[in-house]
Amino acid sequence: MYLEIAGKQAFYGTGSSSHRESQPSIVFIHGAAMDHTVWSLPARYFARHQFNVVAIDLPGHGRSTGPALHHIAEMSDWLSEVLATGENEEHIVVGHSMGSLIAWDWAAKNSDRCQKLVLLGTSMPMPVTDQLLNSAKLNENASFEMANTWSHSSRGKLGFNLNPGVWMFGHGQRLMHRSIEDAFYADLAACNSANLEPGQIQCPTLLILAESDQMTPYRAGKSVADQLTNTSIVTLPGSGHSMLSECPNEVLDALIEFIAAA
Amino acid sequence: MSDDNPYNIPRTGFDTLALHAGQQPDPLTGARATPIYQSASFVFPDTDFAAGLFNIERAGHVYSRLSNPTNAVLEERIAALEGGVGAIATSSGQAATHLAITTLCSAGDHVVASRSLYGGTHNLLDYTLPRFGISTTFVDPRSPEAFGAAIQPNTKLLFGEIIGNPGLEVLDIPKVAAVAHDAGMPLLIDSTFATPYLCKPFDHGADLIVHSATKFLSGHGAIIGGLLVDGGTFNWESSDRFPTLTEPYDGFHNLVFAEEFGPLAFLMRARKEGMRDFGACMAPTTAFYALQGVETLSLRMARHIENTRAIVDFLSQQSAVEEVIHPEVPSHPDHELAQQLLPKGAGAVLGVIIHGGRSAGQKLIESLTLISHLANIGDAKTLVIHPASTTHHRMSGEDLAKAGIHEGLIRLSIGLEEPSDLIADLSSALRRSQRV
Ligand SMILES: Cc1ncc(COP(=O)(O)O)c(C=O)c1O
Repeated sequence: MYLEIAGKQAFYGTGSSSHRESQPSIVFIHGAAMDHTVWSLPARYFARHQFNVVAIDLPGHGRSTGPALHHIAEMSDWLSEVLATGENEEHIVVGHSMGSLIAWDWAAKNSDRCQKLVLLGTSMPMPVTDQLLNSAKLNENASFEMANTWSHSSRGKLGFNLNPGVWMFGHGQRLMHRSIEDAFYADLAACNSANLEPGQIQCPTLLILAESDQMTPYRAGKSVADQLTNTSIVTLPGSGHSMLSECPNEVLDALIEFIAAA
Repeated sequence: MSDDNPYNIPRTGFDTLALHAGQQPDPLTGARATPIYQSASFVFPDTDFAAGLFNIERAGHVYSRLSNPTNAVLEERIAALEGGVGAIATSSGQAATHLAITTLCSAGDHVVASRSLYGGTHNLLDYTLPRFGISTTFVDPRSPEAFGAAIQPNTKLLFGEIIGNPGLEVLDIPKVAAVAHDAGMPLLIDSTFATPYLCKPFDHGADLIVHSATKFLSGHGAIIGGLLVDGGTFNWESSDRFPTLTEPYDGFHNLVFAEEFGPLAFLMRARKEGMRDFGACMAPTTAFYALQGVETLSLRMARHIENTRAIVDFLSQQSAVEEVIHPEVPSHPDHELAQQLLPKGAGAVLGVIIHGGRSAGQKLIESLTLISHLANIGDAKTLVIHPASTTHHRMSGEDLAKAGIHEGLIRLSIGLEEPSDLIADLSSALRRSQRV
C-alpha cells in the first residue's frame, strides 16, 4: 500500500490482502537495512486470519523514499503518521532488532493504543561497534557483510533452513544491498544512541530471543524483561539474530500463541 | 588482513560450503550424509499448518514436484557456492534453462542470446520456444555491443554460455552485464562449463545462472539434472518490463512476487509457477548423486584442469593436428579474457581440428579405445565427440560456420585418468587418422 507521508512516498506491505474494516491490525517493523519483505511469512499468515497487516518500509528502505531517519524517535513519529492514515485505534506492534526499538518507543508514547507488543532480537541499550558504524558511514559493502555474518548463528551460516532452496546467508546480504546509501549508517547510529524508557507501557509484551544471537546477545535481550512489565519470553535454541529466516516457523508459532491469547 | 577483507570478517571457505552448505546431521537419526527423502509428499500436522504451507506463510515441504528436502540441500549448496540467494533443482539442464526463460517471458516476448550455445539450447530457442511466441535473436558472443543492438522493446533477458559450446568462446560477462543493465535487463549465464570452482558469474555482474548438473557439478556421468540459481541482484521493479514479477498473479491469489519477496521474487515465481505447472523437478536420488559430486568439486576440477593442460600441450605438438582450440592456448582470441574471468583454468573441454577434415576426424574417434565416443561432457572419464554430426547436426553448414564450428572439429572433455594413458590413446588414434 502506497501513501504519502510528509510529501514523500511511503509503503507498507499488507500480506497480499485488502483492508478489512474494524478488524484488529498488526504492525511489523523491520530492522537495520532491511525492509517489509522480512515479514512475508507472518504477514501472509495474519492477513489470512483477518488481521489488517501493516508491514512498513521505513524511509530509505524497500519502496519508501529516503532519506533515512537518524533517530528512533523520528522513526516512531513517522510510524504514527503512517498509522494515522488508517481507521484503527489499537495496534499490535511487532519489531525486529532496530524495529523492536521503534515498536518500544511508539508503545511508550501511545500506550493507550498499543494492545500488545512483540520485540524480536532486542536489547536496551543496543550498542553498535565503532568498526561497524564507521564502515557503514563509508557505505562499504563490508559493513553489510559484517552485519550479515554476525546476524547468523554458526549453524545458520551453513544454511539448512526450511524455506526450500533459499540460501539465507546470501538472501540476508542481498536484502541489505537494497537499502539506499547512508541508510544503514543512519539505522545503526539510531540503534547506538537509543535510550528508551518504559514510559506507560502496560500491555502484554513478548520477547522472542535467539540463543546464539551475536548482534543483540541473548542475555541483553533477557534484561529487557527487567525493564518492562508484563513480559514473557520465547527462546529460540541455536538461532542467530536473523531468526525470521533461521527459524521462520518457530517465530510464527510464538506470534500466533501470543496474539491469540486473551 | 587481506586486501579484500580488511576487517577480517570470518568467511566460510568454498570447500567447506561444498561439503556442508544446506545440510546438518539429520536431526532425527544423526545421519551425516544427506538422507534421500524419497517421498512424494509430506504430512501436515493440522489443517491450518497445511493452509499455511500452501499460502507461503510457513516454511516446509508439501509435494516433491514443488520442493523436497534432499533437493533443498543441493539447491542451498549451489546457491552458496555461486553466492546467490537460492536455487531450484530441475530434471535436466534443459529444464533449468526453460524454467529461467519462461519465468520471465510470455508469448510475444524476446530473448537476446549468444550464437555459440549448446545444440539443445539452440534448438529450444530457435525452434521450440517460437512455437509458444517467444523469439530469440542470436548474436556474436564476442560482441557485447551486438547484444545491446539486438534488444527490442519486448526483450526480457540476455543469455550466453560462459564458455561457448562447442566453439569455446569466453563470454565477457562484465561487459555483457553492463550492456544488459544499461538497458534494464537481467543477464542469464549458462555456467555449466565453468562450475563455481572456476568462475562465479554473479561476481562479474550476471543476475541468473543455469547449470547442467549432468556435467562437472555431479561429475560422474551418472545423472541428468539441472539448477537455476538466482543472484537476487536484479531490481525487477525498475521498469514495467517484468509483469510476471511486478503485477498481481491471478494464478496465486493476486500475489505480487516483487512486493512480497523482494530479492527472492524471481526464485519464488519460478517455484510457485514453473515447478508447479511445468513440473520438471529433480528426483531426490538424483539430488543425492549430485551432492556426492559437489562434495569433491574442487579436487576434481583442479585435476580436470591439470589433465586438460597436459593434453593441450601434447596435441599442440602433433603434426597431425591443425589447431587446438582452448582458451588457455595463447593464440585463442579470448586468451586474455579467460585469464581474467577463469584464472584457475578455462575449463576441461577442448576442440581439436586435425588434418584430413571430416573423414580423418571420424577415423580418429573410431580409433580411440580408452576415450569414449558419446554425447556428454563433464564426466570423470574422458569423452570425445564430433559436433557437426551429432550435437549440432540440425545446423546447416552456414549456421555451423556462424557458430564457429569447423566441420572437422572434434571435441574432447578431459577426465581424471592418468594423463599418460590419455596421451597414449590419442597418440595411436592420431596416427591411424592420418593413414590414407
Ligand atoms: C552448456 C550446456 N548447457 C546445457 C546443457 C543441457 O543440459 P542437460 O543435458 O542436463 O539437459 C548441456 C548439455 O550438454 C550443456 O553442455
